[in-house]
Amino acid sequence: MKSTQEHLQKIREYASGLDRSLTFMEVCGTHTMAAFRTGLRSLLPSNVNLVSGPGCPVCVTVDQYIDEAMALAAKPDVIVATFGDMVRVPGTGGSLQQARSQGADVRVVYSPSDALDLARKCPDRDVVFLGVGFETTAPAVAWTVKCAAEENIDNYSVLGAHKRVLPAMQALVQDGEVNLDGFMCPGHVSVIIGSQAYEPLARQQGMPCVVTGFEAFDMAEGLGMLLQQVREGRTEAENQYTRAVTPEGNPAAKSMLDEVFRHDDVAWRGLGTIPDSGLSIRDEYARCDARRRWPDLDLPERREEQGCRCGEVLRGLRSPDACPLFGKACTPSNPVGPCMVSTEGTCAAHYHYGGAQDAVSVQSASASQAERGSAG
Amino acid sequence: MCLATPAEVVEVEGMQATVDVHGTRREVNVAFLDDVQVGDYVLLHAGFAIRKWTAEDVAAYEEIMKDL
Repeated sequence: MKSTQEHLQKIREYASGLDRSLTFMEVCGTHTMAAFRTGLRSLLPSNVNLVSGPGCPVCVTVDQYIDEAMALAAKPDVIVATFGDMVRVPGTGGSLQQARSQGADVRVVYSPSDALDLARKCPDRDVVFLGVGFETTAPAVAWTVKCAAEENIDNYSVLGAHKRVLPAMQALVQDGEVNLDGFMCPGHVSVIIGSQAYEPLARQQGMPCVVTGFEAFDMAEGLGMLLQQVREGRTEAENQYTRAVTPEGNPAAKSMLDEVFRHDDVAWRGLGTIPDSGLSIRDEYARCDARRRWPDLDLPERREEQGCRCGEVLRGLRSPDACPLFGKACTPSNPVGPCMVSTEGTCAAHYHYGGAQDAVSVQSASASQAERGSAG
Repeated sequence: MCLATPAEVVEVEGMQATVDVHGTRREVNVAFLDDVQVGDYVLLHAGFAIRKWTAEDVAAYEEIMKDL
């Protein structure tokens, strides 16, 4: 097995033979953090750019969802159970953390099954789990829905915002706003959906794809594989993370997803509505769907965000430090947008680890775009 | 949010298992895996095991961690 250093050397060798800059997108918040934490970004040649995409589920969740969660938390008989990342995301009327300080019952759980247990223990209260996450998380939530239905636990429901990564990647390529040379595909989403899920993106949309793990070694090897595809003119769905990801993924988890959810057109922060990119609860499990249980939630009038550039950051178009609020009005202790709230958000990563490197990469990405435009 | 952690299975009872994550015991759901045995390594996400590692997978992981 080659070492991380050898993979980095391979990247440098390939890069030195390039006549243009290359831009790859990582579509997983865990990759975003790992690229900073391991120092990988700072070790890349200047003509190889790694930009972050819409890979943080909290970040791509729209304001209206927080408003719905807040409206539910305001009900005295409701317990809102959620992963920790969601409690600080500001909606129109504040965050769940603020709601909790004013008496709302908002509980942070480690697993959706903890939320289901809470419903078992509190039969007089309604427990609503905030179902946010990609295909890595959604099967676990599906399992709780199925379990609640089978056991007739009628005080458990899910406020769903589950999303599928692949349609967002396809929409970014189709949109053409950010010009990419390939995707570092999300390792743990791929444990569920399998590496062959990216075949249409690679074969039909001409985009090199490499499913990649999260250690420095993995990311260096994955980037090397992407560069090699570009050099050899291949557009394939490859798998670097073979110790966790198979071509077909996890069949039991996929079948659980299909049983409980159907594909739906849903809105992403920064990307608009993407066809078939959401996972909505099927009619058979309507009793566990918080939106159908409370169809007339009193939601505040939406306000325009002032100056927040999360949408462009999520499309890989803007580096966080090119946002007028970054580090000034928007910091991890006082976040304006979700990309600063989530520990996996691009803005939070830049704030904690320093973002000068990426400011360069976005500029180079534009240069790369111009070069390719002229080359036809 | 899509973090996943490797853990060793120390006890299995139906769809529930006890795993050891860096010395800490934790109850996890193994409904998405076939035939989980004590001594298996699994990848955990949000309280669910989402992948069983083979002996080769574990060896590859240990090799990578040595490289760090």
